[in-house]
Parts: sequence; structure tokens; C-alpha cells
Amino acid sequence: MRKVYLDHSATTPVHSEVVKTINYYLTEAWGNPSSIHSVGRRAKKGLEEAREKVAAVIGAKPEEITFTSGGTESDNMAIIGGAYARQKKGNHLITTQVEHHAVLDSFKNLEKNGFEVTYLPVDEEGLISVDEFRESIKDSTILVSMMHVNNEIGTIQPIEEVGAITKEKGILFHVDAVQSYGKIPVDVNKLNVDMLTASSHKIYGPKGSGCLYIRKGVRIPSFTHGGAQEKKRRPGTENMPGIVGFGKAAEIVGQELESEMKRLTALRDKLTKGIEENISDIRINGHRTKRLPGNVNISFRYIEGESLLLSLDMKGVAASSGSACTSGSLDPSHVLLAIGLSHEIAHGSLRMTLGRDNTEEDIDYVLKVLPEIVTRLRSMSPLYQRKEACQQKECYEHVQ
Amino acid sequence: MYSEKVMDHFTNPRNVGELEKPSGVGEVGNTTCGDIMRMYIVVKDDVITDVKFKTFGCGAAIATSSMVTELVKGKTVEEALKITNKAVAEALDGLPPAKMHCSNLAADALHKAIEDYQAKQAS
Ligand SMILES: Cc1ncc(COP(=O)(O)O)c(C=O)c1O
Ligand code: FES
Repeated sequence: MRKVYLDHSATTPVHSEVVKTINYYLTEAWGNPSSIHSVGRRAKKGLEEAREKVAAVIGAKPEEITFTSGGTESDNMAIIGGAYARQKKGNHLITTQVEHHAVLDSFKNLEKNGFEVTYLPVDEEGLISVDEFRESIKDSTILVSMMHVNNEIGTIQPIEEVGAITKEKGILFHVDAVQSYGKIPVDVNKLNVDMLTASSHKIYGPKGSGCLYIRKGVRIPSFTHGGAQEKKRRPGTENMPGIVGFGKAAEIVGQELESEMKRLTALRDKLTKGIEENISDIRINGHRTKRLPGNVNISFRYIEGESLLLSLDMKGVAASSGSACTSGSLDPSHVLLAIGLSHEIAHGSLRMTLGRDNTEEDIDYVLKVLPEIVTRLRSMSPLYQRKEACQQKECYEHVQ
Repeated sequence: MYSEKVMDHFTNPRNVGELEKPSGVGEVGNTTCGDIMRMYIVVKDDVITDVKFKTFGCGAAIATSSMVTELVKGKTVEEALKITNKAVAEALDGLPPAKMHCSNLAADALHKAIEDYQAKQAS
């Protein structure tokens, strides 16, 4: 059976070149980068090369990169650290309703500790309003955190416009770029960001590794205390396999960025168009064009996402859903609710995120199996049955 | 995370559909996550001779609906009323803890269909 992995926003397969690099630093250059001897120096060289590679992708200086355990830690560090660093100037913070939980829960923690947070709403395509953002700024606003690309619906926020405003007003600006780093152009100077989060496992690197870009001159307190590693911002002997793997992955995605963007945009549009043409009662979630090249998010009415995922998996297709039944918390995705979907429509959502191994044949295969699955599940659905009854005008009850 | 039995009932659900002239129909909505299940029964001489379901829900919800229809066919009304959510989950070799509420849906829909039948009998 054909295997089609369409869950690259959850994580990506580790690139074979990345595996080779990691292997070298596990077997040949396994030293402690802080040591003076040659095996230590070899590790140190790998560490600093990785920093250069990770910085190059976003136009940053190597010394502005702090390696961390991934996106979650970087988000916490930037938001909580940034808020406490500026608390003498005010206590108001701004973010959006559609952030990743690593961001939202950092803000919830700050709210418990006396900070005031504005959660900006988004429109039906998932975009914030720059005017609304400007109006939400107060004299006491000290920090703004906004994601670049939404992990569920792929919508790209107007970060550059927001960055111009925060710069003018002297407000600290953090961007969660976990879903954009290495996938679309990100330039910390053009976007005017002070801090930016990236994660290795979304770009074909190892898990548990990431970084926080911190603009030169921006100071935030450390969470952990110890040695002098990472300029004391994040002490502890470095996670060398994670860091060198991240570095190699950054180098590769940086080189392939433009060609992959073009290729994935074409595949994404083919998949979306194919679904629109072959399956009725659907809703495209997210913005049509201000959208991550590899992201397709579609709700299929009258059916539920988990049964869709199980059925796709049986055909070798791996995807994800924002359905309440897959969330573990039994609430539908907060992002789908924020763009105004009813619980019922959020239920039938399917996210397919494409990556470097996907081909045109993969898309053809999905377009072959998906309509059959949707038809089968709809034939089992009491909601679909009602819809058909309505159309035959023998309807007693109406679909909401 | 699902047992083989659950996957079997999800992939090849028994008794999906509707019945033309049901003796009773029961529909329940799941307040936990918003799913819906509808159950049709035919009762002859106090025995459930036919049963069909339609479900809008997760894999566990579909599998429990299917299992309940298997358990109930050929049973008397009194026996059917004794089928518990727990019995349905056990017949499927268990459900993940987060999915136990889905099994409530199936037995509840069945019991509602029986109530509907009994109400019609009484009137
Ligand atoms: C937008 C966004 N932020 C943060 C994270 C967390 O990153 P990590 O898994 O590296 O902790 C993710 C990963 O799912 C994400 O998509
Ligand atoms: S029906 Fe929603 S979790 Fe089972």
C-alpha cells in the first residue's frame, strides 16, 4: 500500500543528511564544547557552525541565537522572560486567540501573576486586524507575541506591519515562527521582531531542539541557572545531537526554500481544487492565498474528524484533525472556533500538511481515496440522512 | 490505541442504516463532544428482531453503535434494557479512558428506542 505522510506541521521525518551529521557528533566529535582539548574543540566548532546556519535562515547574527529544547521552551522564555524584563514599564501584553498552547498558556501564567492580556480575535480566514491591534495598545503595553503562520489553518499574519508599529512604540515583539521558519521567507530585520521562536523537528531535524532569536541589546532573565553556556541565558552542557541536527536541517531547508515553496504551493492547490471538485458540503479553513505553501485544512460536513483520520490511516494516509474527538480535551480546536466554525463543522475538519517527500502521485492517491471515505462515513451519519430528507422535502427536522 | 475489535467494528460496522417501519427510534446527542447517534428497532412478540443505526462520531462511537446492535439482536425487550455501557465496552475488549463516554451513547440510544417503542405500545 502507498504511504502518504501529510502531517508535516505535527512533525517531519529526519533528513538523512541530518542523521549523518548527528552521527558524526555522537561518535567522532562527542566532546564537551566547553573543554579545551581537541575532542572538545571539535564539538565547539560544530556548535558554532550550527548557530551560524540557524541564524542565516532568518538574517540574524549567530550571537543572537540561543539554543533551547524546542518551540515550547523558546515561547515560554520569550514571553515570560520578556514580560518580567519590562514589568517596571507596565503590565499590559497583547497576543491573539489563535496562538499555540505554548504561547497561550504562557500568557495565562502571566495573568495569574498580575499581568493583563489582550487576546486579539481573528476574522473568518484567521487574520488579525492591524487597526484593531493598533487600538489595543495602551501606555502600559510592554510586549506583543504573535505567530507568523498558524499551525492549524496555515494563515500568515501581517507580521511586518505589526513589527513596524511595535518598533515605533518601543514595545517588545516576539514572533512564534515555528511553522514559518525554513518554509517561507523570514527576515528578523524586515519583520522588525525582537525575539523569534523556531523548532528543529518541523524542518526535518531532531525533536526536542529549537532556538530563540534574541535581538542584540534585548535582555530577558534566565529560567535556569548554572554554567556559562549560551551566554548564561540557558546554562547546561549543550544538547549537541539536537543542535547540530537543527543546524544541518536549517542549512538544507534554507537552500531549498524557494523551490519547495513553489512546488508545495502547486501541490496544495491541486489537492484543494481536487477536493472542491469532487466532494460536496465542504468548507476551506484559513486564507486562500496568505497561506503556508503546504497547508490544506478542510471541513467535511456531517462527518467527524477522528473517523476520517482512522479511515485515511487504513489507506496509508497520515493526517490530523481539529475535531473534539481527537483533542483529548473533548473541545474542538480553539483556532477553528476563533474563525467562527460551529462545533459541528469543526468536528469534520481535516488538516493535511505537505512536505519535501510528497509528490504529485501522492496527491492523486489522496484524491482517489478521500472521496470514497467521505461517502462511506456520510452514509453512516444521521446528519447526512437528515440533509437528504430535507432536499427531498420530506423533512420534519432541520439540520442546524 | 484502539483494540482490534474496535477497529474491526469501525471498519466493518454491523447493521448500519435505517429501518422502513421501526417499532421504535431513539436518538441521543453526546453532550461531551457533540456527537449524535440514532437507533432503530423492530420488535416482534417482545423480541428485538431487527436493529439499525446511524452515527456521527469518532471511531469508538461507531464501533460501540455497531457492537450494541450485535448484542441486542434476538434479545427480549427486558434483556435489552439490561445491556449496560460497560457491557458494550467490554464486548469490544475495552476502550481508551478518554473514549469511555462514547460507549454511553450506544446503550442510551438503544434504551431510548425501546422507550419510544413502549410509549407507542401504551398509547
Ligand atoms: C506554532 C507552534 N508553536 C510552538 C510549537 C511547539 O514546538 P515544540 O514541539 O518544538 O515544543 C508548535 C509545535 O507544534 C507550533 O506549531
Ligand atoms: S464521539 Fe466524540 S470522542 Fe467519541
